[in-house]
Amino acid sequence: MKTIIDFQIIEKQSFPRAALLKLKSTTPLPEICGGQFVNVRVDGCDKAYLRRPISIHDVDYQNNTIDLLIQEKHEGTKTLCALPVGAKVNIVLPLGNGFTMPEKDDNVLLVGGGIGIAPLLYFAKTIHDNIQGKDAMNRVCTGVHFLLGGRTKDDLMLLERFRSVGDVFITTNDGSMGEKGFVTEHSLWNTMKINKIYACGPMPMMKALAKMAHEKGIWCEVSLENQMACGIGACLCCVENTKEGNLCVCKEGPVFNIERLLW
Amino acid sequence: MVKTEIKLKGLTLKNPVMTASGTFGYGEEYADFVDLSELGGIIMKGTTLHHREGNPYPRMAETPMGMLNCVGLQNKGVDYFIKTIYPRIRHFDTNVLVNVSGSNIDDYVTAAAKIDALDDIPAIELNVSCPNVKQGGMAFGVTCSGIEQVVKAVREVYHKHLMVKLSPNVTNIAEIALAAEAAGADSVSLINTLLGMAIDAEARKPVLSMVTGGLSGACVKPVALRMVWQVSKAVKIPVIGLGGISSATDAIEFLLAGASAIQIGTANFIDPAISAKVAKGITEYCEKHGVEDVNELVGGLIL
Repeated sequence: MKTIIDFQIIEKQSFPRAALLKLKSTTPLPEICGGQFVNVRVDGCDKAYLRRPISIHDVDYQNNTIDLLIQEKHEGTKTLCALPVGAKVNIVLPLGNGFTMPEKDDNVLLVGGGIGIAPLLYFAKTIHDNIQGKDAMNRVCTGVHFLLGGRTKDDLMLLERFRSVGDVFITTNDGSMGEKGFVTEHSLWNTMKINKIYACGPMPMMKALAKMAHEKGIWCEVSLENQMACGIGACLCCVENTKEGNLCVCKEGPVFNIERLLW
Repeated sequence: MVKTEIKLKGLTLKNPVMTASGTFGYGEEYADFVDLSELGGIIMKGTTLHHREGNPYPRMAETPMGMLNCVGLQNKGVDYFIKTIYPRIRHFDTNVLVNVSGSNIDDYVTAAAKIDALDDIPAIELNVSCPNVKQGGMAFGVTCSGIEQVVKAVREVYHKHLMVKLSPNVTNIAEIALAAEAAGADSVSLINTLLGMAIDAEARKPVLSMVTGGLSGACVKPVALRMVWQVSKAVKIPVIGLGGISSATDAIEFLLAGASAIQIGTANFIDPAISAKVAKGITEYCEKHGVEDVNELVGGLIL
């Protein structure tokens, strides 16, 4: 069930163009799936009238917290990144449909570009939790691998978090970390047998990846971030033109199988 | 106990708060946030005779204290509404109104007649003011002869409460309202969005796919309030006020300006629970000011 909660920032970590906020709720969290997002009200910024949709980076049901990894893009997200520990943040959650859970024997690759790495962590953890403590016959899949891309090493944050749940492969456009180039150019594509791709990142990256997945016959889901107003499927602003016509990214997505898209 | 009931011709609202078409989906989208029975009514997304894909993306631009949209009446058509959506929403414990739009008079008439046959829809809101469709839409709503033609034609086939939604993109909105009244409207709702535009200076391109779009949100409230004031002085039928209402105080201002009821639009996007809060806040205002019946506030502006 969707709900509106006043969270409080209890921890914060700042990066060159982003911030990681740990937000605590006083009421129990609703059930959240990896790949879902929240809609954050931006108080104290006269340039941000509407809420800002932000993907869910991590969830801790024991401590009633969610983590949001927010990139400073325009005034609204800059205001959110500048909030101090202790600040109250009004959030509507959970919104949209998450990634589809893999099946056993799947070898999955989670591909993130720039701030698009954010939703992959929590989804990977939900896969990881399904692997732990289950025998090989009942495992959800054989393992989790991340392929994370950035323009420079500064874009690649919180790598230790990703390494705690899977193998991490890296590309940067300037070669400052990992292999130089785009995620579609990484050498793992020649050596690893991947049969499911989950991706979130800039549109050109996801389109290139979708094209490659399509050619190789690999199942692939992507998470879109079209500009939104309501976040719950009422305003019809965030539509993606798909094989089924215009669909709201906020309600029908944000995760789509590439076969549904017109890419 | 404050009396909050508003009686319009053939339509009784348990309180003056409705939700504006295009901002509240079919009500279901908001059911997690709002007890719909606490509202006077909900107005369905704009419905046309035939399926419409709407305009291409991008359809939205944020503006200071508001937003522009050029959605373009995306909907699956009136038959889909009747077959698929109506059975799910007909028993909501509130008035369910359908906003009807068209690109020619025959389409308006055919769609309105189909909705006339639905037992649990007590009223339609005739949309002659959508700025985002190439043919029809606003074209009917910006001249007295246009609005007369479409309202008269729909009036012949539609037998329940006929609300006509007016465009603010006119020289004299009171004249347009009078024309709607003369043609048989039971009430007028105003304002629809103000035609606007946003430009990306870096790219030297328009932000919206259709170049122009409709402006809504808190920024339009003073314009809406002025137009409600002007129209309510001109016509005898009830006026339904909307445009930037984001709080109970905003709603009270519209009632004082002459609105018999109000609609909440864009504010639903910022606080999905706002509609019920406004309904509650209106009662609290009445209690605080010793007002026994909300109707006493209508047109109660002290000059």
